[in-house]
Amino acid sequence: MEFLLFLLRRILWSILVLVGLSIVIFAIARVVPGDPARMALGPTATAEQVADLQEKLGLNKPIVEQYGLFIAGLSRGDLGRSLLTERPVNDDIRETFAATFELVLMTITIAFVLGVPLGVAAARWKDRWPDTLVRILAIFAAVTPSFFAALLLQILAGYVLHILPTTGRLPHNLDFVAQVTGLLTVDSLLAGRLDVFGEALRHLLLPATALALATMGQIARITRSSMIDVASQDYIEASRAFGVPEPIRVFKYMLRPSFVPPLTILGLEFASLIGNAFVVELVFAWPGMAAYGIRTILQKDLNAVMGVVMVSGVFFVIVNLVIDVLVGFVDPRVRIRGSR
Amino acid sequence: MADALLSVRNLSVQFTTYGQTNQVLHGVSLDVPARSQIALVGESGSGKTVTMRSIMGLLRTPPAKVTGGEILYDGRDLLTMPDRERLKLRGTAMSMVFQDPMSSLNPVFTIADQMGTILKYADRRLGRSRNGKERMARVYEVLGQVRMRDPERVARSYPIMLSGGMRQRVLIAMALLSEPKLLIADEPGTALDVTTQAQILKLLKDLVEERGLALLMITHNLGVVRETSNYVYVMNKGVVVEHRPTAELFEAPRDDYTKALIAAVPRLTGGTRFGAAA
Repeated sequence: MEFLLFLLRRILWSILVLVGLSIVIFAIARVVPGDPARMALGPTATAEQVADLQEKLGLNKPIVEQYGLFIAGLSRGDLGRSLLTERPVNDDIRETFAATFELVLMTITIAFVLGVPLGVAAARWKDRWPDTLVRILAIFAAVTPSFFAALLLQILAGYVLHILPTTGRLPHNLDFVAQVTGLLTVDSLLAGRLDVFGEALRHLLLPATALALATMGQIARITRSSMIDVASQDYIEASRAFGVPEPIRVFKYMLRPSFVPPLTILGLEFASLIGNAFVVELVFAWPGMAAYGIRTILQKDLNAVMGVVMVSGVFFVIVNLVIDVLVGFVDPRVRIRGSR
Repeated sequence: MADALLSVRNLSVQFTTYGQTNQVLHGVSLDVPARSQIALVGESGSGKTVTMRSIMGLLRTPPAKVTGGEILYDGRDLLTMPDRERLKLRGTAMSMVFQDPMSSLNPVFTIADQMGTILKYADRRLGRSRNGKERMARVYEVLGQVRMRDPERVARSYPIMLSGGMRQRVLIAMALLSEPKLLIADEPGTALDVTTQAQILKLLKDLVEERGLALLMITHNLGVVRETSNYVYVMNKGVVVEHRPTAELFEAPRDDYTKALIAAVPRLTGGTRFGAAA
């Protein structure tokens, strides 16, 4: 019951946040110089053609009315048409979001599965060689720009070793349409197509790794410091004095209280990657929403930009909610205080 | 004393940090006979905590290093026995009551989980076996013994849901789980208010007497010494400066440091040190 109240309160707050976001983005999109109609039609269009399109897009209406129209559309789930692709923004986003989501999901999985054990190892052997190694690795991973990592991986795994594909989500000759979730890995399994599943994973591996490095480094570092902090707590000393064996101490008594900071980082990264994945998406020709968003921004494709931002915003809010619930699950103190 | 349950002989410990070596204990000796209540008193930095940690085998080596002496438990030297043997004694034959109830319990696990885990591995070390149900029964039993009114509810709780006094009692219960013969108490209740601390000390004393345990009380508080011990060791700068029956010590302290320590106890009524000035 308390938990439901907590959820409800968070959801109401989230709606407020999204409304604020829509206003800010709407205002910014109209303040930036450049006429969308002119950009869409190109330099050869006549003044009348431009005026026509402005009329059609509603750009000459008062800004408040424009916002009202946008919100009205949004409440019907209609984001309007994209000037860039000349398709409904809804369709564009539906297709590209699934690609980005799958990529980011893989990314944070890699970052977490590698980062946490590295951090634990570094903390367990603090100031000895595993620690030094992890710290050097983490720093390098964190400071390497993702596009550089992307190119490096592409050259190494794709062109030198020929072990992994370097572009797209699937080979061209593979005939498969993801229809249920849009996630190739999930839909292929649902359809019982193991060959597609394998190919989808192979295609995911390089871009996801390139994108995961920075997050992995951060998670390793924060897990390490969090573990070291917990290791010096009286309750760990006490469990030692009571003869609780070391594996239990490290993996149960130390790891769980140390889990909140990496989890929080993970949530923030998860959400921001949705927008920041574009460099890697461009390098790997990944048909994702981040790359789509950048293209539409450059074109001042207002409807598409608004759509991408709103979808990212909703996603951000949802991920944060999920992380909050997870944190409450890991750390009862949060849960108990939150319900008071 | 050859028949002491625990006997520390000439224990010397040094710490090396940043290339600097400090001798922290200079040949400390003390005896804890079975069923006795011994206090080890001294100010911060006197070496009482290092002595305690050496006995429990909790010193981190490095930076610490035992440079001499022996710690005999039941006639066997803890310092030379194999790690496995020593681990068998820790938390079972000798157990510790921790000082700070606020920080000595893991905040993200229930009391039942933490006590159950301690018991599980203590049983394993002793070659006993108990299933989960029997373990919980024992946990409830011990929680009842430290006078918790509703042991099952306490066991289900997370530490944050309990008061300081209750948490301190949980810490005592943890120490009693495997029926140790020797209880080492590190200033229990210092973090609590005086009334609760007095209750805790009374409880501890009762439990020790009921069960015929030996108690080694580590404290800086002479009031606690007077309440809970019949023999006292006074430590200063890594040396035991005086040791005598508690009553005698308060009656007629011999060592200058002990005198200073006793004089430093604030008094609320009559004959204060400041009396002359007033």
